[in-house]
Amino acid sequence: MIAPLVIFDLLLALTIVALAVAVLCLRDLFAMIVVFIIFGLVSALAWVRLSAPDVALAEAAIGTGVTGALLLKTLHHLRYVTGRLGQNAARGLTAMAPVPVAVLLANAAFCGLITLGLAVAFLGAPAAGPGFEGLVAQAMPQSGVEHSVTAVLLNFRAYDTLMEVVVLLAAVIAVWQIERGLSEAPAPVMGVVWQGFARLALPVIVVVGTYLLWVGAEAPGGAFQGGAMLAAVGLLLLLTRAYVPQPGHRGLARGAFVLGTAAFCAGGPSGGQRGPRGL
Amino acid sequence: MLEGFGAILIAMGAVFFVAGTVGLLRFPDIFCRLHALTKADGLGLALIALGVALLAGTAGAAFRVALVWFFVAIASATCSHLIARYARHGAGGVP
Amino acid sequence: MTPDLIYGATGIAVFGIGLVGALCAQDRLRRVLALKLCSVGAGFLLLVGAWREPPSTPDPVPHALVITGIVVMVSATAVALALIRRLQTLEAEDEH
Repeated sequence: MIAPLVIFDLLLALTIVALAVAVLCLRDLFAMIVVFIIFGLVSALAWVRLSAPDVALAEAAIGTGVTGALLLKTLHHLRYVTGRLGQNAARGLTAMAPVPVAVLLANAAFCGLITLGLAVAFLGAPAAGPGFEGLVAQAMPQSGVEHSVTAVLLNFRAYDTLMEVVVLLAAVIAVWQIERGLSEAPAPVMGVVWQGFARLALPVIVVVGTYLLWVGAEAPGGAFQGGAMLAAVGLLLLLTRAYVPQPGHRGLARGAFVLGTAAFCAGGPSGGQRGPRGL
Repeated sequence: MLEGFGAILIAMGAVFFVAGTVGLLRFPDIFCRLHALTKADGLGLALIALGVALLAGTAGAAFRVALVWFFVAIASATCSHLIARYARHGAGGVP
Repeated sequence: MTPDLIYGATGIAVFGIGLVGALCAQDRLRRVLALKLCSVGAGFLLLVGAWREPPSTPDPVPHALVITGIVVMVSATAVALALIRRLQTLEAEDEH
């Protein structure tokens, strides 16, 4: 008799692999992005089964939500640029020179070898040896928060997280530079029902984002997940045209980004020094 | 007793979701498919949320489940409207 | 058949699929997505390494690493997509 949860795990695993294959095989780019978003959400579900709710939240909010929004924006822009806006199905937009079959086969063979090596390493690894959980549990009283993942992320490995914030800042600067002078595709018209929904959802998302940040101290949740919710607020504002970006506001936004990183720099090291060595 | 009742509600919700999925796969055009999906979203999700709220135990958790149900219902209704609107008018949104 | 074995195999498969896609896909957008598939596969493997039999709690350090990885991946994706938008605009202007 197989336990029902094992059947569930197997089905979920098969679904994930099938969705990954579908992402690569679908011809329609819009369908590809939608399938990718479904893939992210289903793998977040699998990560809950691996008892990692924090990571599942982060994947659902950042890895799937924010990435999905970015992908859809890019697709919208590509259709606008190539003059195919409003067409239901855009085929592959970039037609490149065909690659010889031999090269494809060689690529596939090398990828198979790398994957095989990974599988051998995975099977040969010592099973569930003692990791860092003992060290973390010992140091928990010093951290000032109750939830171990938040403690590791914001207290014991604060420098790591600081660098992560700097990477985000660098990405924002790079995107701003790359997009400079690029013509904007017009935002799609969404209709009255959407406006009403956005008006209702806006305050709620702000509350949920703040709640995630606050609850991160003792339960799954945290700064990045909350931040992604706040990013969703910005997107809603842009889509409802409640806020239309003006050139004058750009400097203000830059200042806010740098200030945020500086604030984290000031607050981070004080927490970082409380962490145990070796983490 | 309460747990059994919750499990029955969740199972009933799952039946509605299966029906909605069959409709999604079998119906010919986009409006029929949306029609099938809203059945699953409306009644199926409500039944599952009710079952989960019964299983949740504390009142706070049940309240959060109710909030989740409310907002998913509103969001799915808005999504269906947007999809139907796009299918009928195209991206320009001119009726 | 424990979850770590099942999802470990899933992670390896997803990583391999992403690798093939990153090398062989014709479309730029699809290549970026394939790299993202790779990162999800790597996340699976790290989380499987952190997993313990349910009564005991999992190791929090790999969890924090995966969250860091997700945030870094979204930054990289944003830059890659901005580059794609720029490239596409330049190519479209060349055609006219």
